[in-house]
Amino acid sequence: MVQCLAPDGSVVREDLLPDPETRLELYRQMRRARHFDERGWVLYRQGRLGVFPPFGGMEASQVGTAAALTKNDWLFPTYRDTGAALTLGLPIARTLAYWRTSPHGWHMPADLKVLPFYIPIATQYPQAVGAALAERRQGTRNVAMAFIGDGGSSEGDFHEALNFAGALNAPCVFILQNNGWAISVPTRTQTRATDLSRRADGYGIPGVRVDGNDALATYHVTREAVERARNGGGPTLIETVTYRVKPHTVADDPSRYRSEADTAGWDAKDPVTRLRTHLLNAGLMTEASEADLLAEIAAEFEAALAEADSYPEPTPAEILDHVFAEPTPQLKKQRAEILAEHAAPNQKEQA
Amino acid sequence: MTATATPTGHTGATKTMTMVAAINDALDIALAADDAVHIFGEDVGVMGGVFRATDGLQARYGEERVFDTPLAEAAIVGMGIGMGLAGLKPVAEIQFAGFLYPALDQILSHLGRYRHRTRSRYHLPMVIRAPYGGGVHTPEQHADSPEAILAHTPGVKVVIPSTPADAKGLLLSAINDPDPVFFFEAIKLYRSVKEDVPTGDYRVPIGKARMVTEGDDVTVICYGGMVEVAQKAAAAAAQVGIGVEVIDLRTLVPMDTDTVIASVAKTGRAVIVTEAPRTAGFHSEIAAVIAEEAIEHLRAPIVRVTGFDAPYPPFTAVEDVYRPNPLRVAKAIRQVMDY
Ligand SMILES: Cc1ncc(C[n+]2csc(CCOP(=O)(O)OP(=O)(O)O)c2C)c(N)n1
Repeated sequence: MVQCLAPDGSVVREDLLPDPETRLELYRQMRRARHFDERGWVLYRQGRLGVFPPFGGMEASQVGTAAALTKNDWLFPTYRDTGAALTLGLPIARTLAYWRTSPHGWHMPADLKVLPFYIPIATQYPQAVGAALAERRQGTRNVAMAFIGDGGSSEGDFHEALNFAGALNAPCVFILQNNGWAISVPTRTQTRATDLSRRADGYGIPGVRVDGNDALATYHVTREAVERARNGGGPTLIETVTYRVKPHTVADDPSRYRSEADTAGWDAKDPVTRLRTHLLNAGLMTEASEADLLAEIAAEFEAALAEADSYPEPTPAEILDHVFAEPTPQLKKQRAEILAEHAAPNQKEQA
Repeated sequence: MTATATPTGHTGATKTMTMVAAINDALDIALAADDAVHIFGEDVGVMGGVFRATDGLQARYGEERVFDTPLAEAAIVGMGIGMGLAGLKPVAEIQFAGFLYPALDQILSHLGRYRHRTRSRYHLPMVIRAPYGGGVHTPEQHADSPEAILAHTPGVKVVIPSTPADAKGLLLSAINDPDPVFFFEAIKLYRSVKEDVPTGDYRVPIGKARMVTEGDDVTVICYGGMVEVAQKAAAAAAQVGIGVEVIDLRTLVPMDTDTVIASVAKTGRAVIVTEAPRTAGFHSEIAAVIAEEAIEHLRAPIVRVTGFDAPYPPFTAVEDVYRPNPLRVAKAIRQVMDY
């Protein structure tokens, strides 16, 4: 398993360390992601965010990987990959809107090739292969990155995608976040395999196992995979070994299926603390400069929250928008029905 | 109020239950009665299902008979087909109906065809349970109503209960049916209603509709999550003197056409309510049956009250626009009365 920093923040692979600027940027992105996750819980409890899947503890797995992309590359995130989407540049306000169940969360910025969070499991994997092939056909060097969980890697789509990507030499980077659980099902119940990176062997593509709580290591191996894909070397499967410290979603009660002992020990592997200790020890960051960073991140988030608050609520007929480029006669008729019903809201009481 | 169907096995004793508790009770009875019954799916074991429908069953019957599978719907259904062919009674859970699509190959290509393609040498006593439908503010794809896809698959029965007592009695019938049964459970109803449910092995026959209310003026045909919506509209109509006969189909395949046709022959007016998209939904099948068999009785065009031809919206603020509400049903009732 590739590792750069030990859990206590000490350097174990000097040769793999990215440059100081990159290390600081990774820390900044991890802090942004964690801030979103932490504020998200509070906003959920206040009724200002809907049910969302937390990712606290998985920041290195999401940030270190997505940071290896440029804005010309594709990102296919699952519902748990808010951290990855934020890192590539999905605006916080849009991300909040998505988890607020607002259509504004589906308005993807024109300068990003990121898809809305995928809810059905594994469907994004074959799609990433297609996007990667399309880039190559169009003569670019852009790559596609897709995320999946350990549970998702049991689905047929996962295996079909890996096989296609290998057979067609697609410029794809597959991130398999092994966070130990698929809702209530631990990885040992999910599969008899103990090293999921070796699934790549069956498809003739490279598989890499990396400490998913070490942002420098995830960044290092992903950058290598991205470069290989860009240079025509084909796909890579990267298993990030991490842990879902938090519940499956903010509405889930993990005490039904796992004990405190299962989770104990993972706090000591916290990815944010690990990089923080390293940066402080290496003299790249001081407590004062960190305080500035955190203040800046908090301000950025609050401004984004205000922007999200300013998005108007959807109107009733909006549920029929964007089904086809040109609404069908049926949709036009149905829109008229909705407008007629909602023009007279007081009638509701009579029903 | 009369029940068209006569329940069997009713001992007289009852217990108050929610729909999810009634389903759990049915599964418990089935596991106890027959060693061949096996329950499996995502999170059904240790956790007892995301809706707790299988709560406590693994503890009672062991990990061989109630077990968590890896996350793969095609394999869940495909494996169940093999188990059923080889003599077990598989009861699989698809966590949400909106996630059964990866299994459609197994369902459309195989589930319904074994008896036919082996001239009854093999048959498939399999049940697939799937929570479906909206009204509870779930994320994308968690509120789909794909029952028409299943109903359009020859060889598969489709059952959708609307009350706790029916859920229990129909599920026990489904598990004991020699052929594959798809069993949709309206998420909205899991915990919103409680009623007295007969204890013991109680059966409601597959293929018999339930007369929910009787009336002379309009027939409203519905099932699952739409029954309580139709009931509210019928109650509102009764206040202004319109008699509405609400028919809960209970079973889409086979459909109890006799009950529907007899009612439409009496009332001369039909309103059909589902929460699935409008185009090519099961409501269209019901309308076609009425047109074929009772057109001479119709005093007004048939009206469908349905979801829309767009994906079910996960937008909490306007979700309820999509799902038919009592007002929309009441309007349709007025429309067929005023024609
Ligand atoms: C096709 C499909 N089946 C079932 C579900 C329901 N579901 C949502 S999350 C989940 C577990 C996923 O576990 P994993 O892939 O390990 O990812 P994690 O949630 O741990 O990030 C399940 C079963 C779904 N969303 N899609």
